[in-house]
Amino acid sequence: MRPDGKPEGLRQSMSWLHTWSGLLLGWLLYAVFFTGTLSYFRDEIDDWMRPELHASVPGPETAQRALDAMQRIAPEATTWTLSLPGPRQTAVEASWREPGAEQGRAGLKRATLDAATGERIEPRETRGGAFLYRFHFELYAMPRVWGRWIVGIATMFMFVAILSGVITHKKIFTDFFTFRPKKGQRSWLDAHIATAVLALPFHIVITFSGLVLLMFMLMPWGIQAIYGGDTNAYFAEVRGARPQATAQGERQRGGRQEAGAAALAPVAPLMAEAAQRWPVHGVGSITVNAPGTPRATIELREGGGESLANRGQARTLLFDGATGRMRDRPEPAAASWVRATSNVITGVHLGRFAEPAVRWLLFLSGVVGTVMAATGMVLWVVKRLPERRKLGRTPFGHRLVEVLNVGSIAGLSVATAAYFWMNRLLPAGLEARGDWEIRGFFIAWLLCLLHPLVRTHRRAWLEQMLLAALLFALLPVLNPLTGGASLAQSVPHGQWSIAGFDLTMLALAALHGWVVWWLLRGKPAAKPAPRAAAPATGGVAVKAQAWERAQ
Amino acid sequence: MVSLAPAAKPPPSLRRYRAAVASRTVAAVAGGYLLAAAGAAVGAHAMAGLGMPRADAALASTLLAFIVHAVAAMWAFGCASAWRAWAGVCLPGVVLALAAWWLQRGGTA
Repeated sequence: MRPDGKPEGLRQSMSWLHTWSGLLLGWLLYAVFFTGTLSYFRDEIDDWMRPELHASVPGPETAQRALDAMQRIAPEATTWTLSLPGPRQTAVEASWREPGAEQGRAGLKRATLDAATGERIEPRETRGGAFLYRFHFELYAMPRVWGRWIVGIATMFMFVAILSGVITHKKIFTDFFTFRPKKGQRSWLDAHIATAVLALPFHIVITFSGLVLLMFMLMPWGIQAIYGGDTNAYFAEVRGARPQATAQGERQRGGRQEAGAAALAPVAPLMAEAAQRWPVHGVGSITVNAPGTPRATIELREGGGESLANRGQARTLLFDGATGRMRDRPEPAAASWVRATSNVITGVHLGRFAEPAVRWLLFLSGVVGTVMAATGMVLWVVKRLPERRKLGRTPFGHRLVEVLNVGSIAGLSVATAAYFWMNRLLPAGLEARGDWEIRGFFIAWLLCLLHPLVRTHRRAWLEQMLLAALLFALLPVLNPLTGGASLAQSVPHGQWSIAGFDLTMLALAALHGWVVWWLLRGKPAAKPAPRAAAPATGGVAVKAQAWERAQ
Repeated sequence: MVSLAPAAKPPPSLRRYRAAVASRTVAAVAGGYLLAAAGAAVGAHAMAGLGMPRADAALASTLLAFIVHAVAAMWAFGCASAWRAWAGVCLPGVVLALAAWWLQRGGTA
């Protein structure tokens, strides 16, 4: 891919493809990687962003208290589901279906219960971690389908960039053990390669599975061809492999048809039975069907999955509601090898039921991927510094990339920290509060995209990184000041969702602080950042420069 | 600061280069998608024909389709000329699309 049309090797052309497929949608991909990585801690973010929940400390009585509370809150309901506290959740999330309610999620009513008392908690209105999670594959303020297509296309670019990057660096594994610090461009390249290779299997799987998760939209043709356009027939056939789902549906339809009341058996012996069978995960949730009737059943669901191949399908135990006697149930069918393959890669992407250690590994891989994207985009600028020095000015294209790099890399950190700050600084009773938090996120991001326009490249990096480091570092301080549980409370109480968030913020502050330190340490001359040509003449500059290169 | 003269009209060689990049991009993006989509349809029929359960055949061909698209895109930029990019990506894409159409008609008739 040379302008002069001279023949070149595969590695050269793949290097070209890697550079441009990576840069073109790099900023979007960076944001997707960043928010997606944070989404591994979506539940923790949800807990932290609702400080009203922080007083809820789980204990051995939690399940019974919550069931007693449901008896008061929703005695007429056809079904109760209680998501119990665990390492990622500090309160009880209850949902129930009143008689005659709609099918599906729309018919569910929800409440948050204190894990110690069973009292209902009214948390502040917030989109919590769901905003970051949705943003990472649907973006914001546009129809969901558009967002998914845009992210899907960007993901395809990423996939091509990764594969062509592997071909470009054929000595990739020896390169991995080569790091030459303080060597300018070479160091950036080494950092980019090291972060790429360190988590290469993760990068490939996360990108590929991103495509697979959107496949019904991006690539429906295989299924269309086999099922003659009837995608539902495909879903029905896949679901057919799970007898559990249909059996449950039938039970639900049974509902509370019969008259007569019956109290639920105490849940503690059932929990003990489950704890014996599932020593690692324990019970994650309780579903009671037809509560208050003689037909009531209590289903305990394991708080984690056995195998990724089954999409982390959790084991369940079914008990008779009135007597507490265990009932037999069919074993779930094993997935075929094709489904297992698909389930494993998407399971990694979703991190569903991942153990804390695995979840942290996934999170760290995500951080490494985020750093890989960032170093790649910085490398594009650094690599062109000699060319720029020769020209004696900064072409518009280079300046544009610089501004977008600062605004999208450092700016996104500032915006995310601002989102968490807004969560605590906006009045709890504000109208459309959740929307204002999100507006705060985008306003901060927009300001960070404008800020590098009036600053030199290096100063812009420095100031935004410093701001991000400060905002992250002070979040654990802000937390107890605005009604949350401080680290001194959350750690002894074992509220790991809250403590984990605060500690992660401190780690992020350290990471950003390290960048600030690194920028301050280097002499300004080491990273020359001449002022850009005025934007009006910039396009001309690009053409002139491209023309010069072509000569 | 910026010299205007050379930008007024890029020389023919640069224009040809840009046209070639644009042409390869279309071959990689649109042609690659056609190849992957048609390949998924034909591959699904083929795998089902070889005795794989229908749902598995549809899923497997879809998973492979993403890899086909990525490899096609790399081929479109790695081959010697833009013409070869079109020949290597779009030609098999059209052939497979015709085959998929024929299979679809045969399936419903």
